[in-house]
Amino acid sequence: MKSVSLFILSCLLWLLLSGHFEVLMLALGLASVILTVFLSLRMNIVDHESYPINLTFKVLRFFIFLWREIILANIDVVVRILKPGKTISPRLANVPLPQKTDLGRVIYANAITLTPGTVSVQLDKETVAVHALAQETVDDLQTGRMAKMVPEEQKDIGK
Amino acid sequence: MITDVLSWFCLVSGGLLGVVGGIGMHRFPDFYSRLHAAGTTDTLCAALFLLGLGLQAGLSLASAKLALIFVFLFFTSPTASHSVANAALHGGLKPLQDEHNKGDA
Amino acid sequence: MMFTVAMLAILITMGLALARALLGPTVYDRIAAVNMFGTKTVLLIAVFAFLSGRTDLLDIAIIYALINFIGVIAVLKLVEQGNFHTDGNNDKADTK
Repeated sequence: MKSVSLFILSCLLWLLLSGHFEVLMLALGLASVILTVFLSLRMNIVDHESYPINLTFKVLRFFIFLWREIILANIDVVVRILKPGKTISPRLANVPLPQKTDLGRVIYANAITLTPGTVSVQLDKETVAVHALAQETVDDLQTGRMAKMVPEEQKDIGK
Repeated sequence: MITDVLSWFCLVSGGLLGVVGGIGMHRFPDFYSRLHAAGTTDTLCAALFLLGLGLQAGLSLASAKLALIFVFLFFTSPTASHSVANAALHGGLKPLQDEHNKGDA
Repeated sequence: MMFTVAMLAILITMGLALARALLGPTVYDRIAAVNMFGTKTVLLIAVFAFLSGRTDLLDIAIIYALINFIGVIAVLKLVEQGNFHTDGNNDKADTK
């Protein structure tokens, strides 16, 4: 099942990158895609962490939310850079990490790093160490506003 | 005409963001805060540039490739930032912290 | 005109990043600056593709985005562990 979706995605990527539609080129592309899928199956790297299609709506909502955050945080950091005098008070802080799955944790940590003003420095099981430019951004993260938005598959309790 | 104005806006503001980020690389006092300045230019500046170019390209193969570049940058740049910060922390580089905050964290 | 202005802005940013890479007191400063430099190179190639009207150059920009990432990670691994053969799972302390 995963290999089928890998096959279709590879075909689409090949078409996107080549832009050729002659029979010979299409046949060569198909051959390379089949070789790629075959090698991936043999190397056993078609894993369970592929794109979760049932979360599409949540992912879209998260992206819109994330981009609003990124733009606002960018403006904040630009103001801090351009204002004369001492405008930053850097600090390290631990922020709780409520996500259950590895993928959710990675998405959350990446979102923290993507918003300027905060960089995730170290991931642990339940907390993430965050380096921030100011106390306000840490406070904002501590409220868990962003953590709630991270798309994640609901795992059965007790498993 | 409108797309021209929009892509002018995107390219100019992207360029300004990039230059401001470059200034931030020199203005901030220690490595970790410089990383924030670099992060600024990595996200919004790159996105604005690619958006401005995409508006010029219209709906074509070129804009699809621009979207692909955007996706790669979007996924790799925070990972790279995190790796540098993590390596610096493991390498024993202490972040500069404010006086009243010492001992915390 | 539009693309010339954009290229100029990117070149200024690249110059600033390069200065930080040369000045940077710690090795991590240099790596972060080189990473930023690489990202800007990708944008520079993309803008140049439009400036010269040869959009095929965008393929090179894609490849450069990937190579830049892998290069930064490889350099970090080298700096942190001092070699390429130990895997990342063992304790960092004993490789130092």
